[in-house]
Amino acid sequence: MIDTDILVVGAGPAGLSAAAEAARHGARVTVVDENEKPGGQLFKQIHKFFGSRRHRAGVRGFDIGYALLDEVKSLGVEVMLDTVCYGIFPEGVGLVVSGKRDVLVEPRRIVLATGASENPLCFPGWTLPGVVGAGAVQTMINVHRVPVGERVLMVGSGNVGLIVSYQLLQSGAQVVGIVEALPKVGGYGVHAAKVRRAGVPIYTSHTVVSALPNSDNTRVKAAVIARLDENMSPIPGTEKELDVDTIAIAVGLTPMTELAFIAGAAFTYSGLLGGHIPLHDEDLMTTVEGLYVAGDVSGVEEASTALEEGRLAGVAAAASLGKIPEVEAEEKKREIRESLRDLRTGPFGDARARAKEEIVNEMAKRRGKRSA
Amino acid sequence: MKRISDHPILGPLPEAREVWITVDGERLQAREGEPILAALLAHGIHVQNISRKKKAPRGLFCGIGRCTGCVMTVDGVPNVRTCVTPVRDGMVIETQEGLGKWGDRK
Ligand SMILES: Cc1cc2nc3c(=O)[nH]c(=O)nc-3n(C[C@H](O)[C@H](O)[C@H](O)COP(=O)(O)OP(=O)(O)OC[C@H]3O[C@@H](n4cnc5c(N)ncnc54)[C@H](O)[C@@H]3O)c2cc1C
Ligand code: FES
Repeated sequence: MIDTDILVVGAGPAGLSAAAEAARHGARVTVVDENEKPGGQLFKQIHKFFGSRRHRAGVRGFDIGYALLDEVKSLGVEVMLDTVCYGIFPEGVGLVVSGKRDVLVEPRRIVLATGASENPLCFPGWTLPGVVGAGAVQTMINVHRVPVGERVLMVGSGNVGLIVSYQLLQSGAQVVGIVEALPKVGGYGVHAAKVRRAGVPIYTSHTVVSALPNSDNTRVKAAVIARLDENMSPIPGTEKELDVDTIAIAVGLTPMTELAFIAGAAFTYSGLLGGHIPLHDEDLMTTVEGLYVAGDVSGVEEASTALEEGRLAGVAAAASLGKIPEVEAEEKKREIRESLRDLRTGPFGDARARAKEEIVNEMAKRRGKRSA
Repeated sequence: MKRISDHPILGPLPEAREVWITVDGERLQAREGEPILAALLAHGIHVQNISRKKKAPRGLFCGIGRCTGCVMTVDGVPNVRTCVTPVRDGMVIETQEGLGKWGDRK
């Protein structure tokens, strides 16, 4: 039996910063992650972060990761790796340690920081080895230092598509092009400029129509791309065959919300934030009392917002246990929310800020109805 | 073997103890602690299993244990996600057919 105040599921940026914040205020915190190494997606992010200095702009993802790990350790947080959380039940939270030992925990608060998974894209040939997630490419080249292919087509020009394209070049691979279905590039201009300067063509209003196999059907041999009309249909006669061995898919992420669902949390839908998301309030608490969400699971954004959301959930959970005097807690939460608003600026950020606000408003309305 | 040995941001590839694994009968070198899949990619192996219905080769998609594209039979245990399972010295790894079969477990 594990005795803990707050159980955090997921040791990515959101989970680790939630744990640090709560432990700093005297809560006993346990973090579980199914991987053998902590950090979630942070250690694959070798680019410098954006934003102001307060948001660690200019610092690379993995350096933030090491700093957070040191902090969590020095605060006495227990980090259980190789530990899967498989469900949240009335009897407690179910964990499997090292694929063998089944453990039931009864924490007083739970923070879900389980992240997101990459969306696939269906087209003829999409199951061939060589059609891979862009994030998977990032993981292999930056964390494990092995190439996934030599000549890559990137599908999607959002920030993940652009950043991973650049990282592919840094790893020594060739990026033959980036296709984007919309008429303009999806990610930040600076990232797009970097890959263009390196000679990578970005084909807007284009998509991949098929992946062609090699002779024994064991790997991608080429990609066929085509121009799209205004209804997003490929225009016949515009097909172009590109000589590639890898097609990397960067068409968005879906929050991993299964645990919130099992726990009985109410959901809402936001296409912009990645799909079905647990409804939550300003403190990131779901409709299940004491169950919080932070990071991608509460709506797909970026590592920088995941760090801040983690802090918010950590403060809120610790405060609800009486670990932080109310006035101080409210002040802290206000400061973090302000910092989140700063991060959610610009054409993409503004839309995310609005989508997040809608979720909080919907939650407030629901509570109003309940108490009425 | 294909490794990203020099990197403009990450620097030279750190030293790692070498371990040996057997893949479909062939002995291959791997780096201690790396996922099975990384070792396979380093040796240019891109097929991890053959799908059940269409008998089509499958491999890496997500790299973080979500999609099961990379499952193989490891030490007699079928459906092991090789992208999140570290290599161990002496591991026996087989390309899996369909849902796989339980073999002799060590
Ligand atoms: C492959 C990939 C690459 C990305 N690259 C970038 C990038 O370059 N730049 C950028 O800004 N954003 C990137 N993102 C977006 C990413 O969402 C954020 O950067 C950030 O990592 C989100 O933080 P998080 O803590 O919410 O989730 P994560 O960092 O994903 O951490 C969640 C952790 O929880 C674990 N977990 C999940 N479910 C369970 C369970 N049931 N039991 C135990 N453990 C569990 C996961 O294995 C993981 O370690 C990427 C996302 C992915 C999936
Ligand atoms: S590649 Fe998706 S589970 Fe391994």
